[in-house]
Amino acid sequence: MTAIIEFKHVDKYYGKLHALKDINLKIDEGQVVSIIGPSGSGKSTLIRTMNGLEPINSGQLIVTGHDLADKKTDINKIRKNVGMVFQHFNLYNNHTVLENVMLAPKIVLKRPDDENRKIAMQYLERVGMADKINSYPRQLSGGQQQRVAIARSLAMDPKVILFDEPTSALDPEMIEDVLEVMRYVAEQGITMVVVTHEMGFARKVSNRLIFFDQGHILEDRDPGEFFDHPNTERARQFLSKIISKD
Amino acid sequence: MWQIITNNWGAFLTGFWNTILCSTIALVFSLILGVFFALLEVAPPKFGRVIAKIYIAIFRNIPLLVIVMIFYLIVPRYIVKLSGFQAGTIGLTLYTSAFIAETVRAGINSIGEGQMEGARSNGMTYVQAMRYIILPQAMKIVIPPLGNQFVNLVKNSSVLAFVAGFDLMYQAQLIAFSTFQTIDTYIIVGLFYLILTLPLSYYMRHLEKKLAK
Repeated sequence: MTAIIEFKHVDKYYGKLHALKDINLKIDEGQVVSIIGPSGSGKSTLIRTMNGLEPINSGQLIVTGHDLADKKTDINKIRKNVGMVFQHFNLYNNHTVLENVMLAPKIVLKRPDDENRKIAMQYLERVGMADKINSYPRQLSGGQQQRVAIARSLAMDPKVILFDEPTSALDPEMIEDVLEVMRYVAEQGITMVVVTHEMGFARKVSNRLIFFDQGHILEDRDPGEFFDHPNTERARQFLSKIISKD
Repeated sequence: MWQIITNNWGAFLTGFWNTILCSTIALVFSLILGVFFALLEVAPPKFGRVIAKIYIAIFRNIPLLVIVMIFYLIVPRYIVKLSGFQAGTIGLTLYTSAFIAETVRAGINSIGEGQMEGARSNGMTYVQAMRYIILPQAMKIVIPPLGNQFVNLVKNSSVLAFVAGFDLMYQAQLIAFSTFQTIDTYIIVGLFYLILTLPLSYYMRHLEKKLAK
């Protein structure tokens, strides 16, 4: 297996706040990695460094073979291969659903129109949004927007998709639709990194689990084993709070 | 009052034409310059931001008349000869562009950070994201305040009267001076300005509604 994302001694500061502390992490192609942890632990920061939305302060971060810390690296080239799905969807408000999915492949990949439309429609059908292609984002529910956002990422034919709390802003009844689409993405063999509070997804769909707290990776294990026998006291506390909620 | 119009028809018309010409030129170029400096002010390079801030600070905070006088009196002496009309139109363009820059910048800033992050994560360059995602949304928001700037611009073109720019206001001064019918003359000139500003306001409102759909 080759690593598609590799952190080597990565540090990240926000002013005086040490958000990522000496991160060492290797993610292999095809892995589905869930990152869980308390809010404010830095897990969103961690995932946002992976496509350069957050710059790192020191160390090396190699994504699809390019070092993000190197000033000569063309970040746009990396982002062609690394999609991202956001908590608040971030669909283009001035474009229809179909345009949202077709725009980047058209202007970034220069994909011909016929082919572009065919691919866009294929993914929109897969996420169950083919009947809304002429709607604008504001006319859609959160769950629908998120499914379009995933189709938009898929249309770029990426090697990796980063999910930053993709279901956290959704009504409960919408969450399952989005998770279903994410399971489909996992089946395609696309590398996934998912910051999530969905313990069901983390346990059943992902094949690796990272427990993150205060800028550190505290546990990095098989999800089933983690949930049954957390190694650290911090993880035990975290899980007990979540499970008592159910 | 009617007699003032018929007796001075040629002068009014010349003034009207020059006001239209000055306003049109200033509108087009102040919009181009304004958008340019707004983009410079929000772009990542620090150098560009500083340049834009200085430009905007200068032209927004000096009275229009002073800017025009600089182009009428100082620039011709040292750099290039300018007529009153040219000096006035350039001054008006720069003055208005500073306000348009601030308006457009506010519009761009009102578009949430998520739109840019979505576009950049999708592989677009900064310029592509601006062009296809941010600016189209910002311009829509900016139409109403921009309409205000345009109406102000037409009225401010009366500054040409101070530098012999042969605009409406300049003609009005001449006519008022020669006929002693000061009140009537300025009422007529006010009506001429309305002929320009009312359709402009109406058009901007129309544009606003059209884009809101």
